[in-house]
Amino acid sequence: MIAFIVRRLLQSVVVMLVVGFVAFSLFAYVGDPITIMLGQDFTELDAARIRRDLGLDQPFFVQFAHFVVNAVQGHFGISYRLARPVDQLIAERLPATLELSFVAASLALALGLPMGVYTGLHRDSWLSRVMLTLSLVGVSLPTFLIGILLILFFSVILGWLPSFGRGTTVHLGWWTTGFLTTSGLKALILPSITLGLFQMTLIMRLVRAEMLEVLRTDYVKFARARGLPNRAVHFGHALKNTLVPVITITGLQLGALIAFAIITETVFQWPGMGLLFIQSVSFADVPVMAAYLCLVAFFFVVINLIVDLLYYAVDPRLRIDRAVSGGHTV
Amino acid sequence: MTSPRANRPLLEVDGLRVEFPTRRGTLVAVDGVSFHIDPGEVLGVVGESGAGKSLTGAAIIGLIEPPGRIAGGRVTLDGRRIDDLPYEEMRRIRGRQIGAVFQDPLTSLNPLYTIGRQLVETICTHLDVTPQQARARAITLLQEVGITAAERRIDHYPHQFSGGMRQRVVIALALCANPRLIIADEPTTALDVSIQAQIIALLKKLCREHGAAVMLVTHDMGVIAETADRVAVMYAGRIAEIGPVRDVIKRPKHPYTIGLMGSIPTIGRNVERLTQIDGAMPRLDAIPPGCAFNPRCPKAFDRCRGERPEAMAIEHGQVACWLYANGRMGER
Repeated sequence: MIAFIVRRLLQSVVVMLVVGFVAFSLFAYVGDPITIMLGQDFTELDAARIRRDLGLDQPFFVQFAHFVVNAVQGHFGISYRLARPVDQLIAERLPATLELSFVAASLALALGLPMGVYTGLHRDSWLSRVMLTLSLVGVSLPTFLIGILLILFFSVILGWLPSFGRGTTVHLGWWTTGFLTTSGLKALILPSITLGLFQMTLIMRLVRAEMLEVLRTDYVKFARARGLPNRAVHFGHALKNTLVPVITITGLQLGALIAFAIITETVFQWPGMGLLFIQSVSFADVPVMAAYLCLVAFFFVVINLIVDLLYYAVDPRLRIDRAVSGGHTV
Repeated sequence: MTSPRANRPLLEVDGLRVEFPTRRGTLVAVDGVSFHIDPGEVLGVVGESGAGKSLTGAAIIGLIEPPGRIAGGRVTLDGRRIDDLPYEEMRRIRGRQIGAVFQDPLTSLNPLYTIGRQLVETICTHLDVTPQQARARAITLLQEVGITAAERRIDHYPHQFSGGMRQRVVIALALCANPRLIIADEPTTALDVSIQAQIIALLKKLCREHGAAVMLVTHDMGVIAETADRVAVMYAGRIAEIGPVRDVIKRPKHPYTIGLMGSIPTIGRNVERLTQIDGAMPRLDAIPPGCAFNPRCPKAFDRCRGERPEAMAIEHGQVACWLYANGRMGER
């Protein structure tokens, strides 16, 4: 178990280094920072001096090492556009994106899982057919369209919910939360539905397919032959066996929610990282882009690590196999 | 009328018919199957793949996969008709009155739960006991099926057991609530040859000790010969011949049974070559008129091609073959 975690952590470090390298390459290839800083009128002497002062005349890998050391401490330099430290900018925006993603993911799981179980168990009922048809709509409609339609209906026509922003937020240390105020909660509803709808239909269809698969297995038939009640067969024996693929997909999707909330954040003018990123791209604000890249990679790595640990909690076969192979290596 | 309880068979199957509706019409997988099992008796059911043996077993415990369904006949357990019970009532009979052992022990157990959990949940479903009592009973059952250090092994997961050990656990699960009948569907087919005899001996011993009757579905004649009291030979969804094991093995009546016996090698008897039955069992959608076996039967005559033989009483059993109609005892 310990050996496994150590090995996974080492893999994660390698992944982060590769992503860091790509992020660092942005500086080198997306425009010359010297040109950007000096503007149009400068002498070659000025350029060489600044290049030396900033350490840009050093070999590529020395510069990369500096970048990594700074990045590990959370320093990504100063935004070209806003002239403020990038880590501060991100820290301000991070809570908004994380709260939105968290609510969207919870929504997707809380609705998608039971709907998947229901449609798996009652394959031919009319309710299942309705859910499956609607889920096709959810999968095929683009996110921005769903967002715009929701705004049109609930904000413009009915006027129930705000169409943009986070509402009133409360500061808890450096974290700002919208969970504690009514306007903050109301502001969360439309964006989280928009963001979570696709994931919800995905989870529903995945759980349904896995349930159909598991219900055909011998151990489910044998559980029935032992006279266990349906509830025990369906939820105790069948559902638990569908969890490994469901955890995998949910984990990957949570990463995707955080990373690609960009469209939803743009539609709802949600003050999160996605909005920051899209604005930075249009200004070629390389430090912010690089930091965003590294942060998203970091989230993916952490979520996948948690997913791998959850496998162990769910499936005893993995625990034993590891213990045995670990025993051999010692 | 004289003694209603004492001589009554435990299980009576009468004219059982199992159908599968398909787009191209209805397939009849089990057609007019009738037999009985006495309390404590072991009935062997043999036949090729697709002869309807396993489906007959599944029909008795009420677990035919949809769209298959019981289309006719009746199944009576201890005088009570059970083939038309609602799902919930049938569920209470499964495991409590009729236990089941499946073919593949590697897939019969849920990989995510310890065997103890699976035993305890079965015991608690059917018997009115506390979890502690259920666990104690589970340990006793594991000891009975020959699992050493049962107190420790009960908390292990299925993948920590070998195939033979898992089949022992499956047998323990079938016996959890002391059922009157065990339906064992090819219980040794997936096991190593060296383990097969052990498992069959164990199954027979335990069922005798617990007073359970067994319906042993298999295609292994050797297993039947060792274990069963009576044997039913099935062909294309019907019973070709049924009778005491000695009779059927030593003096088979139905030409299909004769062919089946001729294809089994016997140690110590020198045969030039084993006989084989030409052709293959017909598909369910192409069962010939008359006797289903007539295209492959070396003794078929006109009547076999036109008229279907029903089961006829002979000596101690029954045979569905025109050779034995009107007291004509075949030309063997």
